Amino acid sequence: MDAARIGGVAGVAAIPVLAAGLYLGLAWAPPDAMMGNVQRIMYVHFPSWIATAIGYVVALVGSGGYLARRSPRFDWLAHAGVEVGVLFNVSGLVTGSIWGRPTWGVWWTWDPRLTTTAIMLIIFTGYLLVRAFIEDSETRARVAAVVAIVGFLNVPIVYLSVRWWRTLHQIQSSPETVAPEMVVALRVMMGAFALLAVFLVARRYELARLEAAAEAAEDRVDG
Amino acid sequence: MNAVDVQGVAKRYARVWALRDITFQIARGELVCLFGPNGSGKSTLLRILATLSRPTRGSAHAVGHSLQTEGDLVRSRIGFLGHRPQVYAELSAVENLRFAAVMYGRQAARPDLRRAVEAVGLGAVADVPVRGYSQGMVQRLALARATLHDPELLLLDEPFNALDAQGLDIMDRLLDRFAESDRTVLLATHWLDRVEGRASRVLALAAGRLVSDGPFAAAAPDRATRQGAR
Amino acid sequence: MTAQDWRRAWAVAWKDLVSERRGKTAFNAMAFFAAIVVIVFGLALGPDRPSFVAGEETLLQYLAPGLFWIAVFFAGVLAVARSFASEIEGGTLDTLRLYPGDRRALCVGKIVANCALLIVLEIALLPMVAVLYSVDLWSRLPSLMGVALLATVGFATVGTLFAAMTATLRAREVLLPVLLFPMLVPLVLAAVKATTLVLRGDMMGELAVWITLLVAFDLVFLVVGTLTFEYVLDD
Repeated sequence: MDAARIGGVAGVAAIPVLAAGLYLGLAWAPPDAMMGNVQRIMYVHFPSWIATAIGYVVALVGSGGYLARRSPRFDWLAHAGVEVGVLFNVSGLVTGSIWGRPTWGVWWTWDPRLTTTAIMLIIFTGYLLVRAFIEDSETRARVAAVVAIVGFLNVPIVYLSVRWWRTLHQIQSSPETVAPEMVVALRVMMGAFALLAVFLVARRYELARLEAAAEAAEDRVDG
Repeated sequence: MNAVDVQGVAKRYARVWALRDITFQIARGELVCLFGPNGSGKSTLLRILATLSRPTRGSAHAVGHSLQTEGDLVRSRIGFLGHRPQVYAELSAVENLRFAAVMYGRQAARPDLRRAVEAVGLGAVADVPVRGYSQGMVQRLALARATLHDPELLLLDEPFNALDAQGLDIMDRLLDRFAESDRTVLLATHWLDRVEGRASRVLALAAGRLVSDGPFAAAAPDRATRQGAR
Repeated sequence: MTAQDWRRAWAVAWKDLVSERRGKTAFNAMAFFAAIVVIVFGLALGPDRPSFVAGEETLLQYLAPGLFWIAVFFAGVLAVARSFASEIEGGTLDTLRLYPGDRRALCVGKIVANCALLIVLEIALLPMVAVLYSVDLWSRLPSLMGVALLATVGFATVGTLFAAMTATLRAREVLLPVLLFPMLVPLVLAAVKATTLVLRGDMMGELAVWITLLVAFDLVFLVVGTLTFEYVLDD
């Protein structure tokens, strides 16, 4: 399992898929019956969540792996996963907000999905923050792993609680009258973003690995 | 079976190697002195042996068990006296020892606890919160806490520093008792004078490396070093 | 956890509570802080502001459950932080790690102590809220205490875990709330909702949902928290 190779393959594959998806989504698929061209942002919005999920699940695996095996590789994986997850979490929220403005008239609603993803972003940004404050690599890996695992487990609970909290109020969810072309375009974009996520995680992992190797070389020289 | 068996232990913390390639054994019943200036890694090594810290590399065994994988089996048989007070300021001497006894899974009958408190000369203040104790008294109580559970291996980090005259006496008697009952002691200090005659050998550390492992003369040939002048 | 481990947990809780009772400094500061929060909210929101909601005359009455829990949770962060900071200052955190036995005993003991402290705080705060915000708490006191207990256990559990995690870090005063509050979102929602329903009457039978959420939250984090505690305490 060579991270560099996985990253290379994913990256190379992502380019044509992304190009195809963008063409399909932005040019080929028809505009939405009700919302018009604004709705096309969905082709970036939904795939962002796929990529976010990939990032955070990878982070969970890495964190669990680190606590079980104490190998730095798992920590690199966890860190890469969270960074990529946070990146797409932000893009998901931003595109959602941009979509919401002309559609519902507001930049933000407290609907269950939006709120949960916002809290998810805060939890995992907290992960990155904690990492920044710990200098020792083993302590950092260990504490961060616990933050990631506990945070990940909390996400479904947050979602349920916010959903219950909002059922008495009007839920402003978008009606999906989806034409078949849109589904195709959407699926292609989801695939593209998934590949993109894998590519970024693999690259970030490699970066972490090289950083650790550089540190180790420095320490040997200092002797 | 050795009381302590350390193989190639190294410890890194935040880019700094506190210990490098430490290898030594200590047989049961030995009293070994760990010698070296500040920053040489004595405390780090003792903490690893006390299961408070994991080595970055290498393996360490104490009382027959691996410290990395069987730490829990080791803890009830090891006693550790560190730099910090290790006792609770709001509790009295008796209450502190009772807490320690329960935590070590031992019976904590009042008379036994009082005897332990009196053995370190704190009988008069047994029920007074530690907040009011002098440094020497605190250290004596810490010593009682560290030996409460009859450990087979005692790890002491600069025990003489905070002890008063009465405490030094008590420490001497404790070390005698340990020697007689075939228990092992690893004692870090730069007061070689105090352990001369008791310690079978000296492990000298410098900048995280073990520079000598042998009799006293090899570690500190001059009188000045032995008296802790450096 | 064996019987001896439960005895250890109890010893840790007892030790924390006795130290707190004799030292008194932390609890008094905590209680004072919570009181100030209650007062400042009262000032900021204005006691006479109408709420425009049937059954509640003023805004303060309407918001009282939320404000109460905000005050408790803010003070609670201080409590859980202190429970480990004091160990580090006194050099006793290492000593706790020297003792044999299941690490969960330490975790449970700390959770119990923090929970007890917070409950005492809540008992002190409730009359204050009742008086300052003109809310009738007395008639619903048993149900209120039940909800408060469930919410407090949840807070103490998650709070203790994260306090242990951040205790040795540089910017712990900032990191602890930053990490803790997102995790507490379900608890905050459930506690405030349940309290509101208890006080205003539960016309549509929603209370069961929120109580279930509180119980589920408590159980999940008791299990997860105690399991991950040893990794946090390790070195």
